[in-house]
Amino acid sequence: MAVPKRKVSKSKKNLRRSHDGLQAPGISLCSQCKEPKAPHRVCPNCGTYKGKEVIEQKEE
Amino acid sequence: MRHNNSGKRLGRNSSQRLAMMRNMVTSLIQHEKITTTDTKAKELRKLADKMVTLGKKNSLHSRRQALRVVRDRATVARLFDLLAPRYHNRPGGYTRIIKLGNRQGDNAPISRIEFVEELDPANIKVRKTAKVEEPVAKVEAPAAEEVAAAQQEAPVEEAVTEEAGEVADEPEEKAETTVEAETSAEAEVEAETGEEKKEDQ
Repeated sequence: MAVPKRKVSKSKKNLRRSHDGLQAPGISLCSQCKEPKAPHRVCPNCGTYKGKEVIEQKEE
Repeated sequence: MRHNNSGKRLGRNSSQRLAMMRNMVTSLIQHEKITTTDTKAKELRKLADKMVTLGKKNSLHSRRQALRVVRDRATVARLFDLLAPRYHNRPGGYTRIIKLGNRQGDNAPISRIEFVEELDPANIKVRKTAKVEEPVAKVEAPAAEEVAAAQQEAPVEEAVTEEAGEVADEPEEKAETTVEAETSAEAEVEAETGEEKKEDQ
């Protein structure tokens, strides 16, 4: 069975993982309520999109 | 290469896919808006636009073509009599897709597809005011500039006349012509000639 000849050095291991970093998700602010929301999505807080589209009326 | 590939298969064979698209477009015409996944909404958009186009033709043939997809006479009647006349000025793009976020359960991206509402009085009002306001602003802006320009010209002319007055032996006719000068360019020319005569004396 094929087996590694050498232990992978910290340097090689870290270089391999240099592309593994996580990207923060894009966040935009709702134009109505200024709450953070996903870009190009209806604001989950106030239910508006592009100022006027009142989509969800989940009033509790 | 994606030659000759268009549309999504949505994990169905063709008969099931057609059945689903029929159901969705029927519901869309009945309710004017439905909530579904992003991908299905984007596929539905194509079919919905084609149905509205059939409705705008409004012939017996187009009505029968529509009935091939939407197998419900009342729904087709709604399409032809209610929806299609709304879009007689709109060259396509009858639907709007608004992304709502991800569905709880399978995290599928969900969006709402709806017919673009032109009967909504709020939308019509916004468009009308926007069109009215633009020309008014354009008319007012140049007028304001002219007034400002006139105000700027006036002091220059006065200064020129004062200079002319200071020059002792300046002929009065020269001063009068300076006052009458309307454009700032002419005023500047007059000012220069005045200064030259000052230097001469």
